[in-house]
Parts: sequence; C-alpha cells; structure tokens
Amino acid sequence: MVGGSIAAIGAGLAVLGAGLGIGQLGGKAMEGIARQPEAASKIQTAMIIAAALIEGVALFGVVVALLGNG
Amino acid sequence: MSLSRILNSKKIRFSAVFALFLVFVNYQTAVKAQADTSLEKAPDTILNVAEHAAGEEAAGHESEHGAEEKFNPTKVIMEHIADSHTWHLWGETSIGLPVILYTDKGVETFLSSKFHHGEEAYEGKYYTYKLIEDKIFAVDANGNIDKDASSHVYDLSITKNILAIWISVALLLIIFSSVSSAYRKREGKAPKGLQSLLEPIILFVRDEIARPNIGYKYAKFMPLLLTLFFFIWINNLLGLIPIFPGGANVTGNIFMTFVLSFITLLAVNLNGNKYYWKHILLPDVPWWLYPIMIPVEIIGVISKPFALMIRLYANISAGHIIVLSLIALIFIFKSIALAPVSVAFVLFMDVLELLVAFLQAFIFTMLTALFIGTAVDEHHH
Repeated sequence: MVGGSIAAIGAGLAVLGAGLGIGQLGGKAMEGIARQPEAASKIQTAMIIAAALIEGVALFGVVVALLGNG
Repeated sequence: MSLSRILNSKKIRFSAVFALFLVFVNYQTAVKAQADTSLEKAPDTILNVAEHAAGEEAAGHESEHGAEEKFNPTKVIMEHIADSHTWHLWGETSIGLPVILYTDKGVETFLSSKFHHGEEAYEGKYYTYKLIEDKIFAVDANGNIDKDASSHVYDLSITKNILAIWISVALLLIIFSSVSSAYRKREGKAPKGLQSLLEPIILFVRDEIARPNIGYKYAKFMPLLLTLFFFIWINNLLGLIPIFPGGANVTGNIFMTFVLSFITLLAVNLNGNKYYWKHILLPDVPWWLYPIMIPVEIIGVISKPFALMIRLYANISAGHIIVLSLIALIFIFKSIALAPVSVAFVLFMDVLELLVAFLQAFIFTMLTALFIGTAVDEHHH
C-alpha cells in the first residue's frame, strides 16, 4: 500500500465538503450580484461571513485528522 | 543638494534602513557559510556566552552536526508552531526565557538557556530537570525520568507565547492610550493621526457588530467586543511576521483560544436574563419534545464557544502550517531553483493570511456579539 494514513484521507474528505459548500455559496452570491448589482457590497459581506463559518466546520475535521495522526 | 534635504527625505531614509537590513542579512549568511565550511558550530545563546566552555561544547556539537540529517518537515513545522521555552531568533541565536517551576518542595527559577536546547540536565535546588520533547521532567542521576517527582513539578514558566502576549498587550496599551489621550486633549477638534486611523475601525465594530446584534444595550459590552477584536487581530498579525517581536504562534495555540472562548461563555451566561434561560430550560415546544430539546439546548450553551475556539485555532494554525510547508518544500527538494516559485506561493498565501487575520477576529467578535444579543434579548412575541 502507498504511504500515508487514514487521517489524511479524512482531512481530504473534510476539505471536499468545505469546497462544495463554499463553491455553492460563491455561485449563488454571483447570481445575486448579477441580478442586482446595487446590492453587491451587502451580498459580498454576507458571503464572506458565511464562508468563514463553513470553513470553521471544515477545519474541525482537519483538526480531528491531525489529532488522529499525531 | 543640501544635507537637510537628504536627511528629511522619507524615500532616502527608507532606502538607508533597507540597505542596512540587506547588509545585515548578507553578513549573517556569509558568517554562516564560513562556519559551515570549517565545520565549527558553536550555538550562541545571548545570555549564555560566559558559560561557553569552549572545548567540550564545540566538540560535542560538532559530532552531532557533522553527519547530514534527513530533513524531517513535520518535526520542523511542529517546532515552529508549538510553544517553547526559548525564543529562537535566527541561525543559532536564541533568547533563553525564565523557567519557573512550582515543585512540592518550593519554587525554582532559572533561565532555559541552562538546558542547552534539551541536551543537558540542569541541577536545580530541589530536583534535577531535563527538557524532554519540550516538556520539563524531573530526572534522577542517570537521566531517566523520575515519574513520581515529575508529577509534583508544575511548569509555570514564561514561555515564548507568554512573552508574545505581553508584547502584543504592551503594543495595544501604547496605541489605545495614545488615541484616548488624544481624544481628551483635542476635545471638539477633528481627529488627527493615529486617531483618524482607528476611529473608522472602532465605529465599524460599534455599528456593524455591536449595535445590530445586541440592540440598545450595546454600550455596556463595547469594551469587551473592542478588546476581543483588537487583541485577536493584533495577535494574528504578529504571528505572520517572521522575526522578533512577531513570529510567535499565539492565536494558533488552542489553550489561548480556549481562554478567549471561555471569556465569551462567561460574558454570555452571566448576562443572561430570564427569557434566555427560559428558552434553554423550558422551550416553547410541546411537552413530549422536552427530552430532546433540553439536552440539545444545554449542549448548545457549551458547543457555541467550543466552535469559536476551534474555528480560530484551526484557521490560524492551518495558515501557518501552509506557509511553513511551502518553505519546507525548498529543503525537501534541496534545490535553490525552487526558491522563487516557493516564495511566490508563500507571498500569495501571506496576503490571504492577512485577510484571514482580520476575518477571524471579525467573526469571533461578531459571534460573541450575537450570543450576547440572544442573552440580553427582551421578550417579544
């Protein structure tokens, strides 16, 4: 078997979840800005906040993976 | 070109400082290269120069550094992220920090430079101590860990993170006391200088974070929110600077973020009014849902600050680990040609880290304000 560990696979799955979530979020934000350019700054602020919260959850997974590895 | 024009010009002053910095860096590299070729490595702790018993120390270290060790990136990265008893500045120079041990026989203090980076044991007044994997243990005469004595040794030393916290606290006190005294002196006049830099940020915290989330009682919590915001932001930023006084991973230390989220827990629950506790302990649901709702709500009281703690710790640590890994790539491939690529990536990551530093401070403060808002909310049905 190649080198590595199950913990690394777990971290990769957590990052996959975050990527999907934030990607969807970014896509909807783009659509919203395209429909109403005047609201661009409000949408951008809300998007950044939601992205930070989703990233927090993904990093939960990464922290558990690091703990499992070390 | 008069002399005063040269000395007053900002561009010329900046170029002079930059030139001095380049000369300093090149001198260090040249000295190191010379030391490498002659295979003489004597570690130079600032506060330990007098104890340089030249013969035995030089010989001991020479035998260790003579052989080429395989570069272990995990170990090096974890060394840079973790707390430590010495502050390593550059090359072989490091500052030894005071070690304060509370043993069952009394208090011991000495400088951590006596440990010689974990190679020698130090005979204290009560026990002999050795630094094993960056933890202090009491050892017996042969150097084996004395488990019974070690359990009575409590490590209260001033470590790198504590010194970094003091530095950032001193910085915050200087900045904010000068701003507040400027407001007092310039009553009624327009803000000037540092005031005009900080005023929009403080108003941002008040108008975007405190007022929308807490409501009309926001003024009582403004000091707490401002302190959390600026403290986390300045520690995040100092962690990104590679040299002293920055470079200590404060907010990436889980015990540090634990304390910050504990402060949030206290602030929220000590200010909770009747309606807040009623929502938790007697929620407005049919009675047969109580066995589910009440445990979930009680766990929610703890898990919200827990999420704050993990979010800040993981974001900042992850950023530092990424930057260190990209730099470690140069050492893994052992090729200087990789350096421009690696440095370009590191530059990009560092700019992203600047954004993350501000964002994480903002998110922590905003969520604290949100939780305080739910605690002091009036009844409105």
